[in-house]
Amino acid sequence: MSNIQQALKQRILVLDGAMGTMLQAYKFTEEDFRGERFKNYPTSLQGNNDLLSITQPEAIKTIHAKYFEVGADIVETNTFSGTTIAMADYQMEDLVYELNYESAKIAKEVAEEFTAKEPHKPRFVAGSIGPTNRTASMSPDVNDPGYRAVTFDELRIAYKQQVEALVDGGVDILLVETVFDTLNAKAALFAIEEVKEERNIDIPIMLSGTITDASGRTLSGQTAEAFLISVSHIPLLSIGFNCALGANLLQPHLEAIASKTDFAISAHPNAGLPNAFGEYDETPEEMGEQIEEYLKKNLINIIGGCCGTSPEHIRVIADTAAKYKPRPHSELISESH
Amino acid sequence: MKLSGLEPLILNENSNFINVGERTNVAGSRKFLRLIKEESFDEALDIARHQVDGGAQIIDINMDDGLIDGKESMVRFLNLIAAEPDICRVPIMIDSSKWEIIEAGLQVVQGKCVVNSISLKEGEEKFIWEAKQIKRYGAAVIVMAFDEVGQADNYERRIEIAERSYRVLVDKVGFPSEDIIFDLNIFPVATGMEEHRKNAIDFIEATRWVRQNLENVSVSGGVSNVSFSFRGNDGVREAMHSVFLYHAIQAGMNMGIVNPAMLEVYDDIPKDLLEHVEDVILDRRDDATERLLDFAETVKGTKAEKTVDLSWRENPLQERITHALVKGIDAFIIEDVEQARTESVKPIEVIEGHLMIGMNVVGDLFGAGKMFLPQVVKSARVMKKAVSYLNPFIEAEKGEEQKALGKVLMATVKGDVHDIGKNIVSVVLGCNNYEIVDLGVMVPPEKIIEAAKKENVDVIGLSGLITPSLDEMVYLAKEMERQNFKVPLLIGGATTSKAHTAVKIDTQYKNAVVHVNDASRAVTVVGDLLNEKKAHEYTTKLKKEYDEFRIKFLKRGKEKSYISIEESRKRKFKVDWETSEIVKPKELGVQILKQLSLKELLPFIDWSPFFRSWDLHGKFPDILKDEVVGEQATQLYEDAQEMIQQIVAKQLLKPKAVFGLFEANTINEDDISIQKKGKEVAVFRTLRQQLKKRDGIPNIALADFVAPKSSGKTDYMGAFCVGIFGAQELADFYKEREDDYNAIMAQAIADRFAEAFAEYLHKQIRIKHWGYAEDEDLTNQDLIKESYKGIRPAPGYPACPDHLEKETIWELLDVEKLIGVTLTESLAMWPAAAVSGYYFGNPEAKYFGLGKITDDQVADYATRKGITKDKARKWLHPNIASR
Repeated sequence: MSNIQQALKQRILVLDGAMGTMLQAYKFTEEDFRGERFKNYPTSLQGNNDLLSITQPEAIKTIHAKYFEVGADIVETNTFSGTTIAMADYQMEDLVYELNYESAKIAKEVAEEFTAKEPHKPRFVAGSIGPTNRTASMSPDVNDPGYRAVTFDELRIAYKQQVEALVDGGVDILLVETVFDTLNAKAALFAIEEVKEERNIDIPIMLSGTITDASGRTLSGQTAEAFLISVSHIPLLSIGFNCALGANLLQPHLEAIASKTDFAISAHPNAGLPNAFGEYDETPEEMGEQIEEYLKKNLINIIGGCCGTSPEHIRVIADTAAKYKPRPHSELISESH
Repeated sequence: MKLSGLEPLILNENSNFINVGERTNVAGSRKFLRLIKEESFDEALDIARHQVDGGAQIIDINMDDGLIDGKESMVRFLNLIAAEPDICRVPIMIDSSKWEIIEAGLQVVQGKCVVNSISLKEGEEKFIWEAKQIKRYGAAVIVMAFDEVGQADNYERRIEIAERSYRVLVDKVGFPSEDIIFDLNIFPVATGMEEHRKNAIDFIEATRWVRQNLENVSVSGGVSNVSFSFRGNDGVREAMHSVFLYHAIQAGMNMGIVNPAMLEVYDDIPKDLLEHVEDVILDRRDDATERLLDFAETVKGTKAEKTVDLSWRENPLQERITHALVKGIDAFIIEDVEQARTESVKPIEVIEGHLMIGMNVVGDLFGAGKMFLPQVVKSARVMKKAVSYLNPFIEAEKGEEQKALGKVLMATVKGDVHDIGKNIVSVVLGCNNYEIVDLGVMVPPEKIIEAAKKENVDVIGLSGLITPSLDEMVYLAKEMERQNFKVPLLIGGATTSKAHTAVKIDTQYKNAVVHVNDASRAVTVVGDLLNEKKAHEYTTKLKKEYDEFRIKFLKRGKEKSYISIEESRKRKFKVDWETSEIVKPKELGVQILKQLSLKELLPFIDWSPFFRSWDLHGKFPDILKDEVVGEQATQLYEDAQEMIQQIVAKQLLKPKAVFGLFEANTINEDDISIQKKGKEVAVFRTLRQQLKKRDGIPNIALADFVAPKSSGKTDYMGAFCVGIFGAQELADFYKEREDDYNAIMAQAIADRFAEAFAEYLHKQIRIKHWGYAEDEDLTNQDLIKESYKGIRPAPGYPACPDHLEKETIWELLDVEKLIGVTLTESLAMWPAAAVSGYYFGNPEAKYFGLGKITDDQVADYATRKGITKDKARKWLHPNIASR
C-alpha cells in the first residue's frame, strides 16, 4: 500500500483549490506570459496558464505553497491543458513534454519541502489531466451528428505523452478531471494503463467527472451511475465530481455513486455558481457549511475546491474535514498483470 | 454484471432475463443490411430506436457483410447512435467476427459495452491478447464455446471449453469474472439427425453447470437457432422458443437474443403441442422428432389453395393497366391496350397516358423500396409488349414519334464479357422512358465514342466485372475529356467502387461522373443528370461530393504500413514439411469432363449470389421468408426453378471442364514449379501479403501451401477450368421475344451452374481424382460447409488477384483447345459463365486476401515472370499500396 493509500484510510484528504483564480490576481500581461524565452513566439500566449510553469515558475510555486500552508494534502500540477490537442491553440504542441515535466517538478519540490517540515503529514502531487477542448463522443457540428473532431486514438496518444511527462516529473497521483465526455476519460485511462504496463509501475489514479447542469448528467449525457460504471474497469484510487456546480448542487450526485462503488469518493466543487459577471462569490464559510453536509453523511474521502476557490476556502474546508472521519471504503487491490 | 449506455444496466441474481435486440444486425435482418448499404442511416436508426422502444435492454450491432465496409459502417452507425439519447440510453453490444471492427466500435462508445464475441478458436495467445484489450477498453465480453478443435457441440465439450476459457480469463488476464458471458452454442433440434437430438438439453445442462461452477458469469445465446428445422411453421417455432427459454432460464441462462414477436407465452401453449415440443427439447423420447413433425402438420394450419385471383379484371381500364404493370402480368395487356387505343384520339396517347401512369406507379413503388428489381423487370416486359403492339399504329400515323426522356448508351468495356448488371440497368431505364443504345459486351473505346457521337446520346454508362476493366473506364474518361464530351458518365459493375470512381475516373473528366452500383439508383441519378433545371446544380454537387470522398479516401489509405517483400518472406506461413500430410494424387495429368448431366450440379448451387444479382439481399433459404423481400425472392426462385427444369430437360446449357493434377514444388520462395515426370512444364507465380501484422501472424502467399524443393519432398497441386456453354444463345432467344426478365434469368442461372460445377469438381478432386479426402462425409455439408480440406483459389480473386496467371493455366491445361473456353485481351473468360483456378490439397491451406503490396514486390514479380515492370504495375495496380 502506498503512502497515499495509507493516509486515505486514516483521514479525509484535502485537495487544493483553483489555480486560475489565484493566477488572475497576478494580472500577468502578454509579456509576462511570454517571458524572455517566448518573446518572439508567433501566436498570442496570454491566457496559456500552463505556460506559466516555465515563464513564471515562482508564481506557480507560491500558489502551491499557499495551498499546502492552509492544510491541503494534495496539490494539482498546473497542467490542465497539457496535451498536444489543447496546446494546438497556441501552436505549442512540441512543448507538451516540457510543460508537464516542469509543472510536476515544481509542485513536487514544494510538496517535499512541506513533507520535510511536517513528516506526520506527507504532501502529495496530483498530475492534472484535463479533458482537452474536443469531445470523442459528440459532434461539434449540429448538422452532422456522426462527425467527430477527435478520435480515441488521437486522444490516447496525446494523453500518453502527458502522462509520461508527468510521471517523469515525479507526480504521486494522476488526476483525470473535469470529465465531460466519458469517452475522453476512457482514452486517458487506456493511455495510463499502457504507460503502467510499459514501465511496470503502479500509480494511483483519481478520476473526476463533471455534471454540467441540473439534469444530473454529464455533458455527453450519462447519469452519474452510468458514468461510474463506464470507468470502473480500471482500478481507481478515487472517483468523484468537480467543477460546474457548487457544493450543495453536487451532493445528490455524490450520493448516487458513493453507495455503489468501493473506490474512494472525491469532490472539488466550485465556489457556488458564477454570478452575472462570471465571478464566483461564495465565501469560504458558505462553502464550508455545505461541505460539512457531505461530511456528516460520511460521503467523502477527498475534498477540495475548483473554480473560484482560494486558499481561504481550502483553509475552512481543511479545518472542517479534520473534524470528521473518512467514508469507509475497501482497500485497493493492485491490478495484476 | 454492470453495463451502461447513458443509463446503467445492472444484472444480478434478482434481475429478469435480459433481452438483446437483434434487428440492427446485417446478418440477421435483410432490411437493416439494405439500409446500411444504401447509407439510409436515418431509417437504420429507426430500427434501433424501435428495438429500444420495444423493450430491448441491450442492442446488438453487427456489420459483418462482405459487401459493406464493416469497420466504417460500425463506426458511423455508433457515432450516429451516440447522438440519439433515446437509443444510446441502453448499452451497446458490438458484434463482429473481426477484431478490427470490434476495436473500432470500442473506440467510439462512451458506455460500458459487450463485445460479441471472442473464443479460443485461434488459440490462447490471440484470445488473451483480445481479452486484455477489451478489459482495457472497459467492456464485458461474450465468449463462444469454441476452441482450436472446433465448436462445442455436446455437454462435455461445452463445459470443458467454458471452464478453460474462464480460467484463462480470470487467472491469466485478470478479467473480472462478472464481465464474462458464455455463449454455449444453441444448435437446432429435430433435424432428423441422431447427433442433434441432444442439442437443446446439452445446452441447458451445460448452462446449469456453468452457472453453478464458474462464479459470477452470465450465459447467453441466440434462441431462434433451436427451431431452425421448423422454418416456415411459426406456430411450432414460437412454442419451441418458449419451451427452450423456460428450461434454459431455469438452468441459469440470463440473457439472450430473442425476437419477441417469435415467442409464445409458455402457459398459453396448447397441452398437446407443449408435450411434443418438450419431448424434443428435453430429448425425452426416441421418436420425439417424428411425433413433433407429424403433429406440426396439424399446427401449420391449412394453407389456402393457390388460386388465381382475377377480380382485378373487373376494375376500370386505367386501374387494370396499372395493375398489370405493377404485378408484371402480361396475359391481358394487349386486350387492355387495344381498348385504350380505340378510346384515344391518337395511339401515342396510350403510351403517354395509360402506360406512363402505370409505370409512374411502378417507379414510385420502386423508389420507396416497396417493389424490387425482379418485379420491375417484369413490369418492363409488360410495357415492352404493350409498346410493340402499339408501334405499328403509331407509325401508321407518321410523324408521331414517342419522345424519350433521353438517350443512354450502355456498354460493357473492352475485354470484359459480363453484362447481367448492365442489362438490368438498361431494362430499368428503358421502362422509365429512356431510349437505350446497348452496344453489348467487349466494346472497344473507339466504338463507344463513335456511337455516342453518332447517336447523340445524353448519358454514357460503362460496366465491368474484372479488374482490368477499371483501366478501360479510366481510359474512356480521358478520351471523353480530350474530345470535349459534355455528357455524364455512369460507372457500374462488380469490380467498380465509389472509391475507384472518385480517385481514378472522376479526376479525368470535367463533367459528371457517377458510380451507380445498383439499378434502383440509376433512374433517379439519370433523372437528376438530365433535368434541365437541376442538372447544373446536381453536377456541381456531385463533383464536390466526389472531391470530398476522394480526399477522405486518400487520407484513410495512408494509415496502413507495409513491410518489405524480404521481411514478408521471413514471416511466411510455415507448414512443418517433416510431418505434414502429402497425399499423392490417384490420377496425375490432365483430364476433361464433358459428359455431365446438369442434374448432378443442382445440389451444389449456392443460391444467395443469384438473389444478389437481382438486388435482393439475404442468405438462402432464409431470404424466402424475409419480411421485406421474402415474397419477391420466393417468386423469383420459383421462376428460376421453372427455367432450370427446361434447361435440364432440353439440355439448353452444356457444362465442360478440364483439370489437371501435377507434381509441384515451391521454388525461389514464392514460385511454384509444376512438373511432369520430373520435368518442369510451368511455373505459377504467387503474391505475398505485405501488410504489417502483429507478431505471430504470418504473411501468406499461396506458395506456402506447397512443399519447397529444399524439403526434398515431392508435393502436388492442380488447376482447372469449368465453363457453361449456351447461355448467350438462350438469353438472345428471350431478348428477341422482348422478354428481358427471362434473358437475364438465363444468364444468372448459367453463372450459378458455373459456380456449382466448380464446387462439384472440387469435391470430385478431393474424394476421387486426388483422393486425399476419400472418406469425406458431406451428408451434412451445410453444417460443415467450409471445413473441407484444401482450397481452390481463382486468379483475379483475393488470394491471387493477378489475372495474368490465367494464361499459365490455359497453357498448362490447353484449356482453349480442350473445352473451348477462351480469354479476352483483359483476360476475362468466354463464355462468361466460367470459373478457373488452382487446387491446393494441404490440410493447412486456407483462403486469404492478399491485400495491398508494395513496389518492391511488383518489381520482383515482374522479374520472376519475365515481364516489364510497367506491365506488372498495370495488372496489379488495384493491389499496389499508394505511397
